[in-house]
Amino acid sequence: MNGLLDAMFLDAFLTGLLLAPLAAALGCWLRLRGEWLSSLAYAQLAGAGGVLGAVFHWPVMAGAVAAALLGGGLKGMLQHTGNQVFGFMILLGWCVTLLVAANHPAADLAGRMFLDGQILFVGRTQLWASVGLAALVLTIMPLLSRHLLRQRLQPAHYDAHRQGLRPFMLLFDLLVVLAVALCALVMGVMASFALVMLPAWLVWSLASHWRAAWLMAAALALLAYCAAFYLSLVLDQPFGPVLVAVLLCLLPLRLLGRHGRASGGQRGDL
Amino acid sequence: MSAGLLRARELVVGYGHGVCQPVSFTLALGECLGLAGPNGAGKSTVLAALTGGARIFSGTLNLDPVVSVSLLEQHPPNLGECPLTGRDLLTACQALSRPLPDILAPLLKCRLDRLSGGQQQLLRVWACLGGEANLVLMDEPTNHLDPQTRQSLADLLHRGRQGRGVMLVSHDREFLVRVCDRVVEVMPEPGGPGSGAGRAS
Repeated sequence: MNGLLDAMFLDAFLTGLLLAPLAAALGCWLRLRGEWLSSLAYAQLAGAGGVLGAVFHWPVMAGAVAAALLGGGLKGMLQHTGNQVFGFMILLGWCVTLLVAANHPAADLAGRMFLDGQILFVGRTQLWASVGLAALVLTIMPLLSRHLLRQRLQPAHYDAHRQGLRPFMLLFDLLVVLAVALCALVMGVMASFALVMLPAWLVWSLASHWRAAWLMAAALALLAYCAAFYLSLVLDQPFGPVLVAVLLCLLPLRLLGRHGRASGGQRGDL
Repeated sequence: MSAGLLRARELVVGYGHGVCQPVSFTLALGECLGLAGPNGAGKSTVLAALTGGARIFSGTLNLDPVVSVSLLEQHPPNLGECPLTGRDLLTACQALSRPLPDILAPLLKCRLDRLSGGQQQLLRVWACLGGEANLVLMDEPTNHLDPQTRQSLADLLHRGRQGRGVMLVSHDREFLVRVCDRVVEVMPEPGGPGSGAGRAS
């Protein structure tokens, strides 16, 4: 446990501590909207942007965030909520990352960072960026949440009122893009995807109501993150795959939800 | 009669072309109006025209400028497995401003995916009636409902129509006659599966 508190790794640890629950909670809204694949798309684009940034001697974080924002902007422009557009982004990000990394040593180094998720190299800049993102999410999501839920539950409401839902959606997309890009930079592309997808998938059958769902997802991500950070230090393993492995180990928890449903104890009286 | 919310005169609506014969009706606060007619007559299209989702080809439609609309869709989105409860639904739809009917209270804590289709439909109906909208449009609200739950729906409508106009579209004419003040027949355009002009009964 000393590894977690070591001053040398404190910035890295705190950065992940902020990002992991944020990504998992946002994952619940993405899952509700049927857009959970977008996290892999934005993460893969962030990887490509970071690698390209390394080639042109830009800060990797700026390149990653800019590329993910481009992806989010493209999705917003197309107003496409299906997964097709995310599939294209994943393929584009993957091929750009690998091709650029194969032909430039600095890009290769950056590419490895996005592949392995070397959180221990994270510094104060990423920590402050994560603090800013957390503040943004905690401020904006309470305002967006009801609209996102209503859009899913009663989609015709916004048409009936000729009320634009687009600003809310764009704001939500912006938060997701920033969170995923930062996560991909800090923990790796696949760990970022796993944080968005797996906790939300788990709580979907376990949670008794919406608030419990995103709180449980955040808590699970937090626990998994702490365990993965400790294990990767102790076992000297790359952080990203360790975090994904820990999250995968939690999957059997979902069986608890199936049991709860089989009992039928929550049915109404009608 | 109280203030008028909407007035339609000789209205013909559709998408690419008009789908119904001219239909006329009015709706005032406190009234419940039913639109009946055969399948494909354009009943749902009339509702869509009220919310800007379909075109008006002829006739006039005057809507009170301060009208606030709530709409129950014929085919609500299928959420599948999802940790949303009855309370989450009503909160998101801002439908907790009126006292909740007793019949819905046990459903608030239940996940929607663990409720029957009829129970979900009653909650969705109250998601429209429990808010502040003064014009409530409902497309086939009797979907998924057995006779007993239809009675519950009638009770909800009776309770929820106070101080607002309610417009129901249904192929279940008997239900409309039971709960509505007036029923207007919507007929398909000539050549469609019916004939005759829109008339009030």
